[in-house]
Amino acid sequence: MVKKFLVVDDSASIRQLVSFTLTEAGHEVLSAENGSDALQKLSGSKIDMVITDLNMPDMDGIELIRKLRSMDDYRFSPILMLTTESQEAKKQEGKRAGASGWIVKPFSPQQLLTVVRKFVR
Amino acid sequence: MSDNRETFDDSTENIVRELRATFREEAYELLSELESALLELEKDPADNQQIGRAFRAMHTIKGSGGACEFHEVSAFTHELESIFDKVRSGKMTASKEIITLTLTAKDQIEAMFNSYYRGGTVDPDRTGEILASFRKLLPGSAAAPAKPGFSSQPKASAKKEEPGRTMTYRIRFRPVPGIFSQGTNPVNLLNELRELGKCNVVAQTEAIPYLEDFDPQACHTYWDVILSTSRGLNAIQDVFIFVKDSAEVKIDVIAEGGYLEDEKAYKKLGEILLERGDLSPQDLKKVLNGKKRVGEMLVETGIVPPSKVESALVEQQHVREMREQRQGHVDQGSSSIRVATSRLDSLVNLVGELVTVQARLSQTALNTGMPALVNIAEEVERLTASLRDNAMSIRMLPIGTTFSKFRRVVRDLSAELGKEIELVAEGAETELDKTVIERLSDPLVHIIRNSVDHGIELPEVRMAAGKPKRGTITLSALHSGAHVLIRVQDDGAGLDAAAIRAKAIEKGLIQPEAELGESELMELILAPGFSTARNVTGVSGRGVGMDVVKRAIDALRGTIEISSVPGRGTSIMLKLPLTLAIIDGFLTRICGEHFIFPLSLVQECIELSREEALKASNRRLANVRGQIVPYIRLREYFLVSGDSPAFEQIVIVNVDGRRVGLVVDTVVGEHQTVLKSLGKYYHGVEGISGATILGDGTVALILDIPKLVRMVEQQEAQMTRGGEPS
Repeated sequence: MVKKFLVVDDSASIRQLVSFTLTEAGHEVLSAENGSDALQKLSGSKIDMVITDLNMPDMDGIELIRKLRSMDDYRFSPILMLTTESQEAKKQEGKRAGASGWIVKPFSPQQLLTVVRKFVR
Repeated sequence: MSDNRETFDDSTENIVRELRATFREEAYELLSELESALLELEKDPADNQQIGRAFRAMHTIKGSGGACEFHEVSAFTHELESIFDKVRSGKMTASKEIITLTLTAKDQIEAMFNSYYRGGTVDPDRTGEILASFRKLLPGSAAAPAKPGFSSQPKASAKKEEPGRTMTYRIRFRPVPGIFSQGTNPVNLLNELRELGKCNVVAQTEAIPYLEDFDPQACHTYWDVILSTSRGLNAIQDVFIFVKDSAEVKIDVIAEGGYLEDEKAYKKLGEILLERGDLSPQDLKKVLNGKKRVGEMLVETGIVPPSKVESALVEQQHVREMREQRQGHVDQGSSSIRVATSRLDSLVNLVGELVTVQARLSQTALNTGMPALVNIAEEVERLTASLRDNAMSIRMLPIGTTFSKFRRVVRDLSAELGKEIELVAEGAETELDKTVIERLSDPLVHIIRNSVDHGIELPEVRMAAGKPKRGTITLSALHSGAHVLIRVQDDGAGLDAAAIRAKAIEKGLIQPEAELGESELMELILAPGFSTARNVTGVSGRGVGMDVVKRAIDALRGTIEISSVPGRGTSIMLKLPLTLAIIDGFLTRICGEHFIFPLSLVQECIELSREEALKASNRRLANVRGQIVPYIRLREYFLVSGDSPAFEQIVIVNVDGRRVGLVVDTVVGEHQTVLKSLGKYYHGVEGISGATILGDGTVALILDIPKLVRMVEQQEAQMTRGGEPS
């Protein structure tokens, strides 16, 4: 079944990697450059999973996760955060904010799909 | 998943190339972003905004660079980033030295990108030098030693499956109530476990509160899982990687696979519960003193909730099955056993008797009206039905076993006659009752001999007729409802209708002026003493053959259909019941008499009111939703005395593709019927194929509907012919 994803990252190549991988697996992917862009693009529409970077200008990933969790539409949506190895503290912060899981950059398409399948199938 | 993986392996190179193309511009932008941030920072080393800006640029270079497989860049920037993290957190100041060094590092990164995008070389020694100078700057060289390369892969897939032994694990997965608001659906994790191997899941629901306290957004359930997998503990832990903090996951090894351990039964229920901590030793002792089974006692006394006992029982069952499976693996050779046919026959006989007794039980239960007894009777009925099917399936054999025999017959015979014939067998896997197969063998040999002898022409005759030199006999079998259709078809000369007719008149089988339809004419070859072959050969043509076939097929309750196209060939179709012993019947009643229809023929039942019956008294046609269906009044056919009720029932059956109605008083319902033959005195009774004994001990007659319909048709035809003014 086609699922709808939102990928949020300020890096175009990460956005492309994620959306390419998921589109190839038969899903639909929206992308946004930062937290506020993401909220605007979502604006209450249904989404099956959000994949977000943490370090972003304007509104960062942590803030985005907090915002989404406070909204009825996205309270139970799976949110995956993109972290790097050096960001253990950030990762913990993200988990506290309500992230469902994480994937450490860099990652390969199949690693992404493996993790995504934990939440969306 | 695995298919995706494969596609990606194939196209990874393409993806990387595309990603790198996209990244090209971004990479240089990021570098200049980093540079300008550093230059600004030089003016004011405490400018946090610029530190953040530089950090973000590095971070993205590292992350996206890694995604594009610029591993060198990614590893190098990782070091850079960890220094800047210290600057950002205020542990270090952005000294001129650091900034200069970072700028040099930036140039080095640029050189790395250039080597791909613009062509150029990177001095690997310089990379090392820069990193060494950075390390010197770190207070006490405390920076985490850079991990070699870029092994920052998620745990989930970092580990390769060890092709290990199958182990059985007991997993208790108890998520915190708030797990849903982390976007995790526990069911997905359970499904992931199921993909690892043989898996049994028992939901534990005792913690679900009453409705008034129920929070639908919280998870109140937890799960016990018994999993047998060869993928190792790590694979299981990976499933729960994201819920480490939001679920209690307990994994125990309960059985090791790979070799046959002691053959003793698996742990007792009490032991399992003790191990799981669901039961205290004192309680177990208390319960063990009781007389009943431990499980029942525990549930009754309320010491352990039923779901926990169930879960432990599932564990027992799972391990038992795994062991059996392994054992089955070891002695695969003995997966079938030989049994004397007589034993099978007596089993089927007993099942037949059981079916009869069960029918009586059901009847008695219904009459007494005791709900408890009715329940038992229903259960017995279900069990008997599956016992019957099982016993029957034991007797089923693929018909192909006899097919091979015919190949030899055709080969020898055609050589003797100087013909070239190929036997093609289709549907050899079609299963039918062993008895039927055995009794079918001889008639089939006759039919095939006839085809070889009379059907297929000599090679020169065939050539002259423009047919391939080599003739073909096709032997096919297929299931059709409760029947098996066996067809022997040849591409020979076909039956000569005129010759059959002449022969039949000569033999006195028909009157010279008799008018016969094509199929009736063809059926004459089945009559005793009939043979059309001009020369009596050693093979066939003595006129003993087709009538023997007819008798054998009749005895099997089968029918024979012959069709033939002159010059194109003949087809003989045998229609046989799957089994002889038991049929699914449809029980009806006329006054006190019971009649059983074979259920497979019954299509529907409609009512016939007395007025309608009177109105159409002579025509005997019912209007069923606009379709005209002729009907037969069984009351008249079988001369049952007594008055017919105001509303009779027309049972509509399918006979050779036509719909015909049979009128009875009342319809009783489905009835499993054990066929008993009527004995030789009743052999001549047409329209009845046997009898059975009903639940209350009375005898019911089983209708031979095709024959009955044919008989009535013949009577009608005679009457109309006789009544017609000539």
